[in-house]
Amino acid sequence: MREQLEKLQRDAEEELLGARTDEAIQAIRTKYLGRKGALTSILRGLGSVAPEERPAMGQLANQVKEALSQRIDAVLEGIAVSKKDSRLLQERVDVTLPGRGFARGTLHPITQVTQEICGIFAALGFAIAEGPEVELDYYNFEALNMAKDHPSRDMQATFYITENLLLRTHTSPVQVRVMEKQKPPVRVIAPGKVYRPDADISHSPMFHQIEGLYVDRGVTFADLKGTLTFFLKHVFGDEIGVRFRPSFFPFTEPSAEVDIQCVMCRGKGCRVCGQSGWLEILGSGMVDPEVFKAVGYDSEEYTGFAFGLGVERIAMLRYGISDIRLFTENDRRFLEQF
Amino acid sequence: MKVSLRWLRDYVDIDIAPQDLADRLTMAGLEVDAVEEYTPAFTGVVTAKILTMRRHPDADKLHLLEVTTGGETLPIVCGAPNMKAGDVVALATVGAVIPGGYSIKSSKIRGEASEGMLCSEEELGIGPDASGILILPADTPLGRNLIDVLDLRDTVLDIGITPNRADCLSIVGIAREAAVLCGKKLRYPKIAFKESSEDIRSLTSVEILDPDFCPRYTARMIKGVKIQPSPKWMRLRLEAVGLRAINNVVDVTNFVMMELGQPLHAFDFRFLEEGRIVVRRSREGEPFVSLDGKTRNLNAETLMICDGRKPVAIAGIMGGENSEVKEDTETVLLESAYFNPSTIRRGARFLGIGTDAAFRFERGIDPEGVVRALDRAAQLIADLSGGRVCKGHIDTYPKTVPVSGPIRLRMGRVEAILGTAVKVSEATAIFKGLEMSVKKDGRGSLSVTPPTFRVDLWREIDLIEEIARIHGYDKIPVTVPAIPVPGELHDRKREFESAVRSALNGQGFAEVLNYSFISPHSADALCCPEGDERRRFVRIANPLTEDQAVMRTTLLYGLLETMRRNVNAGSPDLKLFELGKIFIAGGEGELPREVDRIALLVTGSRYGENWHFQSLSADFYDLKGALETLAGALRAGGLRCEAASDISWLHPGRAARVFVGEREIGSFGELHPDVAGRMDLRSRAFVLEIDAEPLTGGAERVARYREYSRFPSMIRDVAFLVGLETEAAAMIALAGTAGEELLEKVDVFDVYSGKGIPEGMKSLGLRFTYRSASKTLTDDETGQAHGRIVKKIVESTGARIRGEG
Repeated sequence: MREQLEKLQRDAEEELLGARTDEAIQAIRTKYLGRKGALTSILRGLGSVAPEERPAMGQLANQVKEALSQRIDAVLEGIAVSKKDSRLLQERVDVTLPGRGFARGTLHPITQVTQEICGIFAALGFAIAEGPEVELDYYNFEALNMAKDHPSRDMQATFYITENLLLRTHTSPVQVRVMEKQKPPVRVIAPGKVYRPDADISHSPMFHQIEGLYVDRGVTFADLKGTLTFFLKHVFGDEIGVRFRPSFFPFTEPSAEVDIQCVMCRGKGCRVCGQSGWLEILGSGMVDPEVFKAVGYDSEEYTGFAFGLGVERIAMLRYGISDIRLFTENDRRFLEQF
Repeated sequence: MKVSLRWLRDYVDIDIAPQDLADRLTMAGLEVDAVEEYTPAFTGVVTAKILTMRRHPDADKLHLLEVTTGGETLPIVCGAPNMKAGDVVALATVGAVIPGGYSIKSSKIRGEASEGMLCSEEELGIGPDASGILILPADTPLGRNLIDVLDLRDTVLDIGITPNRADCLSIVGIAREAAVLCGKKLRYPKIAFKESSEDIRSLTSVEILDPDFCPRYTARMIKGVKIQPSPKWMRLRLEAVGLRAINNVVDVTNFVMMELGQPLHAFDFRFLEEGRIVVRRSREGEPFVSLDGKTRNLNAETLMICDGRKPVAIAGIMGGENSEVKEDTETVLLESAYFNPSTIRRGARFLGIGTDAAFRFERGIDPEGVVRALDRAAQLIADLSGGRVCKGHIDTYPKTVPVSGPIRLRMGRVEAILGTAVKVSEATAIFKGLEMSVKKDGRGSLSVTPPTFRVDLWREIDLIEEIARIHGYDKIPVTVPAIPVPGELHDRKREFESAVRSALNGQGFAEVLNYSFISPHSADALCCPEGDERRRFVRIANPLTEDQAVMRTTLLYGLLETMRRNVNAGSPDLKLFELGKIFIAGGEGELPREVDRIALLVTGSRYGENWHFQSLSADFYDLKGALETLAGALRAGGLRCEAASDISWLHPGRAARVFVGEREIGSFGELHPDVAGRMDLRSRAFVLEIDAEPLTGGAERVARYREYSRFPSMIRDVAFLVGLETEAAAMIALAGTAGEELLEKVDVFDVYSGKGIPEGMKSLGLRFTYRSASKTLTDDETGQAHGRIVKKIVESTGARIRGEG
């Protein structure tokens, strides 16, 4: 019987070596270990074994069964693993093919710069104000101390609708509209479109400005310098040089042009800054008493400063754009860069 | 304004480098745009002496010369008539370049070698004399650069003068500023001349008929002038500042205008009929030939200088051809006047003439400087022309021009405005340097009287500005203001716009920015009917081009143009949006209505061309989905679409009106093929335009949490057979009105027509989701509710259920 059991084990193991599929292996298990299998039929002969040998034979039969059983499980698992491996291998993708993304939406660069600037002034406590783009001559000029026939009107060529109706040439009329409605303290910025009949590589007939106005008791020129310096360093970096120089705007006095050190040459002088090392970046000044008079503020009690800056100019410097017309061309290849 | 440093130095000593001077002027409000070296347009011209001279053997008019530059001796062939051996001359050596770009080469003239060329003033562009070569003083050193010998170098500052600084439109005006900024003294030109015994008042008269337009007119007469070219010193100065030298009399008027800022005019007295001046307004339609030879048709508002019978000059703007100084002029009537700035400005604008004179009068000249300039010019004309200045001058001054009186300046106010204290002594020094008179006016105050040429100083604030700019803006401290008012933490409109942008960005839309002005043909291109609001254009009176002549009444036209440009540039797949204003004209003189709009455009392939999807064309539902997602992001409730077949620019079967509640806010759909044709678009486009404002309500609302059921849902699908025209929304709405609490939602899972579906019908697959808030539903409960709903739909619409009889 011992020989029979040992042969069974050898035969079964040999057969397992040739088996490749789950089914074949299960068949081997049934053939040798099943209820009607080879092991069972060998054990049926146990009665003819000498009684003193029976326990040893029973033990051996159990050992053979256990060993075969384990062996079969191991082979089955091996097959399962290699099946999974080959499936995973088959599922391989080309990771270099483009992904199935949505085209990214973009914000116009003018919007981005406007949002950034508004954010800085919001942090300084400025609220946002608006005014019409088709404006009355009164708000665009007269209330800003630019009477008809005054040569200062030469500073701003104008699109007219009628004699008294025009496309605003700057965002400054919003100052007047805000002060007419609100008593000091006033701290607002007014972003928006403005229009002047000029069209070339650096002038667009429609462009964007942001106007700022701060009126309260005790506002000084030093505050103007501090506020605008803070703003410019935030936009162009802490190291940027800023200078204020006297200028003239009919609605501010004293007036100041604000220059920053040329961002291209860092003040050494280049083509962009016309060798001067400086770039004109915004206009500003203390609100002229005539403007306060037009809106009914007492200029003895209140002082204030105002400023206006061109969004395109800042965007062009920031992104290295040299042709202002690109902003309104809206070519996809331009828009998707921002 | 161009300022010659040579000329400036006549009135102030400048001992700093030109660039330093430019920087100081810039930082005092006189912005120097450029510092340019001014040199004549020739090189390689040196001084040389003629050693020998003999006739050219083969040419009558040519001479053969031997000239020396001190070092070498050169043979020169020359045709000039005025030289002799021993003369020192200007020699353009081989390699020299003279004006006009001519370069001098060694050559043979009729067989004789010539190693250079002797030049005339005219050939070198340094004077008018072309009659012969330039002969220099005999003691001129040889072999020197002619530019150095004649001192022809200059530096010219180009200064941008702001409109308020009329006083700086003159060399003396700039010199005054330079003197203050450099701590030097200003030297006015000395004016002294002899008068003849003949009194001007016996020779002519001046009558002003319109004192408002001409408050002051002064005149002098110079007899016996000889018209000739001006001397070199004057020509150099005029040319350096960009004026052409003409003759001694005209040059003097220009010179004095540049020197003192007072425009002058010289008449040839013999052409003044009745020998007198009358100042009056022009008459409507009156023709006049100005100095430039053009005939001008005048209006009734222009001021004219006339003689006894006719106009002879447009006052302050341009002289007349009929009275100009000519080569044979002998008697000059010199005008120096003060004209009303607005009068000159209106006249110049009406006539479309901008002259140096008008520019100065418009900005306001010194009303008390009129006679000084008159005398200065008389002196120079007499000096340069040999004329005799008649005794006295005429000064008709019927109307006093207001000048600024004493202004009280409180030093405390200076500090309140500038944020820094300025000492009384410094303020006083600044004012005195600017020729103001200063007195103490009680404690902490000054009484300051500006000079009459400072037409910009009237108020205390004007004086504070003077202190600030001379003291130096850079010396004013930098302070960040304390923030006494809290800023607005939320700006609803800005937040709304941000939400719109980010919702559209998230769906792949790119923001564009189109011009606010468009073509008036836009309404025709969009086939807008007569009387449509989009035809109520705000028209620009002076547009740059007809394509930009009206303010846009729709954002769509600009979007479609942007699409065309992009498609033509090879970008056919686009998802674009714009957020901006449209403008609808109001009544006469009224502001137009400005409305914020949102517009979207989708065209081309939905996902672009890629290996995943072969060209899935975008369609109506891409656009509708974008709108729904946008409305969701904005929390705009009650959004509804209704089919619309009457929107002129949209496909009649693929268009919808959009409502928020009962309010119509815009429309969207496929672009009508007629409109696509008119706009030259070859691919289908889907466009949306809606008002922004009605959507803002939602953006302000805070989300409100609603409890949701923890129990599982049951789903029932039904395919209804309905007519092709049946709208899904109507079916879904019916389910909602059945009053079944368990119904959670209804989705469309399939829409199909074609094979297997009867002609004129479609299969609409609806998925009904049932759920209870309190328990797990049984099949029975669900089935009963579902049965009632389906029955209601079938009974109300006559729909059949697919798969059932």
